[in-house]
Amino acid sequence: MIKNKKNVGSILGEYGAFIALALLVVVLSVIEPSFRAPSNLMNLLRQASFNGLIAFGMTLVILSDGIDLSVGSVFALSAIICAELLVSGMPAVLAVLIALVVGTALGAISGLLVTKGRLQPFIATLITMTAYRGVAKIITDGKPISQLANSASSGEFFFKAMGKGSVLIAETIKIPIPAIILVLAFLIVYFVLNKTTFGRRIYATGSNAKCANLVGVNTARIKIACYSISGFLSALAGLLMISRLDSAQPTLGSGYELDAIAAVALGGTSMSGGRGKITGTIAGVLIIAVLNNGLNIMNVSSYYQEVIKAVVILVAVLSDRKR
Amino acid sequence: MNIEMRGINKSFGSNQVLKDAGFLLKDGEVHALMGENGAGKSTLMKILTGVYTKDAGTIYVDGQEVSYKNPQEAEKAGIVFIYQELNVLFDLTVEENLFMGKEITKHFGICDKKAMRAKAQEIMDRMGVNIPIDAVMSDLSVGQQQMVEICKALMVDAKVLIMDEPTAALTQSETEVLFEVMNSLRSKGVSIVYISHRMEEIFELCDRITILRDGQYIDTKYIKDITMDDVVQMMIGREIGERFPNRNVAIGGEVLRVEDLTHEKFFRNVNFSVRAGEVLGVSGLMGAGRTEIMQAIFGNLPGVTGKIFIEGQEISIRNPRQAIAAGIGFITEDRKTEGLLLEKSIAENIELANLGKVSKSSVLSAKKGTELVKRGISEFRIKCFGPEHECGNLSGGNQQKVVLAKWIYTDPKILILDEPTRGVDIGAKKEIYSVINELAAKGVAVIMVSSELPEVLGMSDRIMVVHEGKVTGIIDAATADQAKVMTLATGGCLA
Repeated sequence: MIKNKKNVGSILGEYGAFIALALLVVVLSVIEPSFRAPSNLMNLLRQASFNGLIAFGMTLVILSDGIDLSVGSVFALSAIICAELLVSGMPAVLAVLIALVVGTALGAISGLLVTKGRLQPFIATLITMTAYRGVAKIITDGKPISQLANSASSGEFFFKAMGKGSVLIAETIKIPIPAIILVLAFLIVYFVLNKTTFGRRIYATGSNAKCANLVGVNTARIKIACYSISGFLSALAGLLMISRLDSAQPTLGSGYELDAIAAVALGGTSMSGGRGKITGTIAGVLIIAVLNNGLNIMNVSSYYQEVIKAVVILVAVLSDRKR
Repeated sequence: MNIEMRGINKSFGSNQVLKDAGFLLKDGEVHALMGENGAGKSTLMKILTGVYTKDAGTIYVDGQEVSYKNPQEAEKAGIVFIYQELNVLFDLTVEENLFMGKEITKHFGICDKKAMRAKAQEIMDRMGVNIPIDAVMSDLSVGQQQMVEICKALMVDAKVLIMDEPTAALTQSETEVLFEVMNSLRSKGVSIVYISHRMEEIFELCDRITILRDGQYIDTKYIKDITMDDVVQMMIGREIGERFPNRNVAIGGEVLRVEDLTHEKFFRNVNFSVRAGEVLGVSGLMGAGRTEIMQAIFGNLPGVTGKIFIEGQEISIRNPRQAIAAGIGFITEDRKTEGLLLEKSIAENIELANLGKVSKSSVLSAKKGTELVKRGISEFRIKCFGPEHECGNLSGGNQQKVVLAKWIYTDPKILILDEPTRGVDIGAKKEIYSVINELAAKGVAVIMVSSELPEVLGMSDRIMVVHEGKVTGIIDAATADQAKVMTLATGGCLA
């Protein structure tokens, strides 16, 4: 009988991101008491939810052996379209739904370029990233759109609540709605990846597309689906953002693809696909959010913040590689 | 240049590929090296050129004992190996390829383009070939790329050229050009080791022939003293023991029929059929088109014309999904890159081919999955610590059993096995043969592609032989022998 060997290293690797997260939280709580105030933690969760939603989609795309650089642009373009529809007097619910469909379609275009167009994912999504950003600027002529909630012909409360609202669960603990959406999205993605045939096919596609094809997996369709989901989640994050700001501008979400990729990498997902867990990604998202928040309240200059973030990611990824 | 190799032994792990092998090469001769797939021809030449190190034995070059540490050292001594998979940089030009690593430079390492172009042209002229030196390699035909490789060898003043299956990818006219060049090299005193399966070419071109079998030296003869039949005798010359379990199956109706299957590059007008409970062996040399024919039936090769009938009904198969839906299973030749997700568990691999069976409305059922996988592990006697064992850590035989399990549980009507026992030890081989027999007994139509002649003869009901993309014969296994199959496989005719 051959024994399954699981050493300390591999356990560390599996939960490494959570251990790092716990360490960070403890250290920050000790040296900066205001960090652990419930209101700050809730704020942190709200901040984390935007990157989190995007990173979930990114995880699916990377697991299927791709990469999606267009997430920030999809975020912006979907938001702009929603904002334009709102100021044209459309009911908020309808505007939000249309923007989500548009976001999904924008993701699908990237997927089609990768599969039917046979472009490398990096190049394909570099193209869509550039194009979508440009379209967002053309639509708005580069200007911000504001007073969104008031402009909607109906559903003003719904639109405001999406990004700004909270649910009161105890006297001082108000859970932000974006954080609730993040948790729901996490549960769905977790279920899809671990409990459905679609999830299995994503892993198989990223692990060895040739082999997957030969056992009947339509790998092209799987990839298109992953990019579409990434588009949907990026659009959703964009809508939550403009609800919170009550304004939209075409430069929204610039550089968000990098935070999302960093979160996925921190979570231990292999950049060549096939290996990784959504639980790792959520840990990666929280590490980045905690770092941003903690360094901010400690008044660390934003220039140093970037370097510190880079070092944390480097250490995490290096220790992960040692497995 | 005279080369003598004596008593060469070489093992990869527990697998001994050369046992007391030897070889003697004279000045200015073209010397054929022949043997079945796996006889050790390439390995022997790779030991000569320092790609592999020998476990035992001696090598003399012009009377001096040598042992090259790497191909560069051998190249400096004038021995150049031209591999079957050409070693060219496809994105660079002919001239850049010729001078890769040996650029002519002026001061400060700046390339002397003019000098290099002049020398490249001079070599082309000397060879009498007309290939533009500014052409990008990927735009050239395989024959032209090969010429560039030969030119590259001549640039370093090669005294010995080793060519592994140089004509495998060439057209008739390209082959003729190559032979002219080889003849002119011979007249200039260059010795050539010619590894090939093509009997006619060897008899046309070579002076002497050395035969290896199962890693052992058999004999060296002058071509003019022997016949093709002698060569085949020497190449096979072994008895098949009771390696193949008996099968007693009533053969049923026709399950698969293929008519006029044609692909511009790989095969033409392929016709055959397989019946329920029958094992059709497919034999042929490497590169004959066997695998491509099977890929075509499975819908994994674009650009195929012809008709496929399953149980009498014509069916269109454009991708593997349609093939699977039609009841075809396909165990590919290359289990590491196509057969398995190596980094995934046995469970995931078996379940992936059977997702419909282990799920309900697309949601996986852990219970059904575990049942199926546990059944697979016990039925196929897969040696592992459990369903979560990563396939990359299994032995070759056990990996192949996982592939068998995953396909057999899809309940195929037709199962194609391409080299099912490659890289598998004797024990596991016999288990795989038993599995094939059980399948036949259940009425599955089995197609087994194999380069191992004894296996094809021992396992098949009928044997289809493919040579250069054409079916040269379909013979009854009961009346077939190795010589007959070899003759068909090398393009000869049965008397």
